[in-house]
Amino acid sequence: MDILIVLIPAALLLGGLGLAAFLWSLNSSQYDDLDGAARRILLEDEPPD
Amino acid sequence: MARLTEAFGEIASGAGCCPADSAILPLSPEAAEAVAPHVAAYVTLEEDGVKSLELAVPGMTCAACIARVERAARDVPGVDRARANFSARKLSVAWRGDLALAERIVAALAAEGYKATPFSAEAVLSADDAAMRDLLRALGVAGFATMNVMLLSISVWAGSDMAESTRSFFHWLSALIALPAVAYAGRPFYRGAFAALKSRRLNMDVPVSLAVILASAMSLYQTTIHGGAVYFDASVTLLFFLLLGRLLDLRVRAKARSAARQLLAIRARAATVIDPDGSRRFVRPEALTPGMRVSVAAGERVPADGTLTSEFALLDNSLLTGESLPEETESGAQVYAGALNLADPVEVAVTRPDNLSLLAEVGRLMEAAEQGRARYVRLADRVAQAYAPVVHVLGAATAAAWLLLGVGWENALQTGIAVLIITCPCALALAVPAVQVVAGGRMLRNGVLVKGGDALERLANIDMVVFDKTGTLTTGELTLACPADPQALALAATVARESRHPLARALVRAAKGIQSEIALRNVREEAGLGLQATTKAGIVRLGSRRWVGAEDDASDDSKAEIWLRDARGRLTRFAFADQVRVDAADTIAKLQQMGVDLAILSGDRPAAVSTVAAAVGIGAWEGACSPGEKIRWLRKRAAMGYRVFMIGDGLNDAPALTEAHASMSPSDAADIAQNAADFVSLGDRLGPVADTLRIARASQRLVFQNFALCAAYNAVAVPIAMAGLASPLIAAIAMSVSSLAVTLNALRLKWIS
Repeated sequence: MDILIVLIPAALLLGGLGLAAFLWSLNSSQYDDLDGAARRILLEDEPPD
Repeated sequence: MARLTEAFGEIASGAGCCPADSAILPLSPEAAEAVAPHVAAYVTLEEDGVKSLELAVPGMTCAACIARVERAARDVPGVDRARANFSARKLSVAWRGDLALAERIVAALAAEGYKATPFSAEAVLSADDAAMRDLLRALGVAGFATMNVMLLSISVWAGSDMAESTRSFFHWLSALIALPAVAYAGRPFYRGAFAALKSRRLNMDVPVSLAVILASAMSLYQTTIHGGAVYFDASVTLLFFLLLGRLLDLRVRAKARSAARQLLAIRARAATVIDPDGSRRFVRPEALTPGMRVSVAAGERVPADGTLTSEFALLDNSLLTGESLPEETESGAQVYAGALNLADPVEVAVTRPDNLSLLAEVGRLMEAAEQGRARYVRLADRVAQAYAPVVHVLGAATAAAWLLLGVGWENALQTGIAVLIITCPCALALAVPAVQVVAGGRMLRNGVLVKGGDALERLANIDMVVFDKTGTLTTGELTLACPADPQALALAATVARESRHPLARALVRAAKGIQSEIALRNVREEAGLGLQATTKAGIVRLGSRRWVGAEDDASDDSKAEIWLRDARGRLTRFAFADQVRVDAADTIAKLQQMGVDLAILSGDRPAAVSTVAAAVGIGAWEGACSPGEKIRWLRKRAAMGYRVFMIGDGLNDAPALTEAHASMSPSDAADIAQNAADFVSLGDRLGPVADTLRIARASQRLVFQNFALCAAYNAVAVPIAMAGLASPLIAAIAMSVSSLAVTLNALRLKWIS
């Protein structure tokens, strides 16, 4: 069971990364306008000139 | 309610989306100017010289609107950033430089057809934003902790031949993850429990906080002595489910604005006072005193109650009476704050200060009603008031009993805490929000927006439905009552295009699709009479009977009419009527079948109301009701024990909408009515009223079923816990199963009728 000494920290690290990513997305206001985000996929980008 | 839309460029109801739709009309230059100067007062100055402004743009309805609004704002030279928030229907702009850019941005949006008004701070409950974020953060942390602690716990439960050191290691790891998570994610509940205890009350937060804190403390103790009763996973899972329940509850709640305060935003923002020496100055409406003379331009609203000093005025009083036709007001007649001036500029002598105006009175009625509304206690809270003491007593009794049986204080405490955990209200906390979220989704598919969970609860209890007439039972738009000769219609429409009068606009609408190439010269409009124009063939007149020279007819005028005299002197009459909605009679029949009483309360003339009442099949009706009279009528019914569901759309309905037990408003209604109502019905059918009532009643049934499930679960789980058989594994299973059962039952709402 010595492998646990590697697996457990690895699991915690990955989980922690997920949590950090979630908190970052929350703090950068990505959840403030969910309807708008859904509709913006239909908008076209301006072509580069 | 017919909307005098050209002055403010709003989008006509039920129109398809933006770009090619001819229903969007750009703001007239005077009206654009009337809104713009006040915008600069709302600009905030940030550090490093950046100026920012938030504008409410309710006209955004689709993706194309987002692009158009952002581009219009960005194209104004000097603007650095323009970002639309579609969910909140607002636009944030930032720029450096001149303050006056604010007005240019509003004008640019107006040119595209979008009315933009500054987002007033009190109008939007921004606390909800912060609360949502806090909850999401707590949920994220609780979710992370739950998953990782569960990972460890399941290993412990499954590994019967696990070495003692490994088990201990896992327990310590769980403690390391769970304790900070419990401290952080449990804050909403600790705060709520503390607040309740301070005022010597009990709410749902108290047993939750107790269970979580005691479980964590006991588990920590057990970990240090290498015992087995470690409940870390139970405490974090409990927090996770409860936070989820709270989040669902918050999501069902749309941003509620105090409709009463928004009322004040409707009246004129600055009044033009004419001093005795003839000079003019701008004054805030609050500063007007009786005796002052004010000038009201075309397209502006009257700033205060007073008497008309000009000879004649054409005013739209729909805000106060719901009457769709403009009123011809003679000199000396009473005019009210909020009335819209349709024709030439007029002068008014102020007779009542701003705080005594009819508009202010309506605002006060609404505030009183809103406060009454706030006292409604939600079903879940009522259950909590009974639930919490019972749970505490059971836990304490269990611990005491085991202590008396001589198992030692450790084991006795353990069992007592196990009882607290098992009776965890996570199923209870999910019972109501889960159903309401599904109900809200189903209503949205039927085209109804729900403003909050308590609205659904209140709607399920109603036994009487009251309708407003104009704009609710009827479409609020004038349509041609009988077919007309296409040539005459084409000529009339061409002339009518030059006027803002609602009948003229109705004529233009009726003639949509008919091509005509008639050229007009010398178009002239006489307020209150009609239009005159010169064509190739001669002089053409469009307007009232007198204007075109038809004989006066003493017949009833319940239909609105407009006459055309063409160059050869031929007279044509166009009669308009406010059409009853297509499915009104059907909906009324369905409602009657559901066993509710029906009535109509309208501010319109009794003759008009009785016609509509007969058309839809409602026996009880009242006409010529002022906003105050509507409220009194509702209060009388409430005193008789009726619970009323009010459906209305105009400003004159807003106090009634707030006072009623539950209320609904069409989406093309005045902003105020939409804010005051509990439900907003999108689209132009009346069918959603019956559907919503049915769904609300079904939701109530399911909520009670969920409560029954919780009671059954407790009836089984509590004895098990009291007997000391509730190990951490059992607790976890019990919690998950009960929450799952409640959620699955809630999902049944999707299919039952």
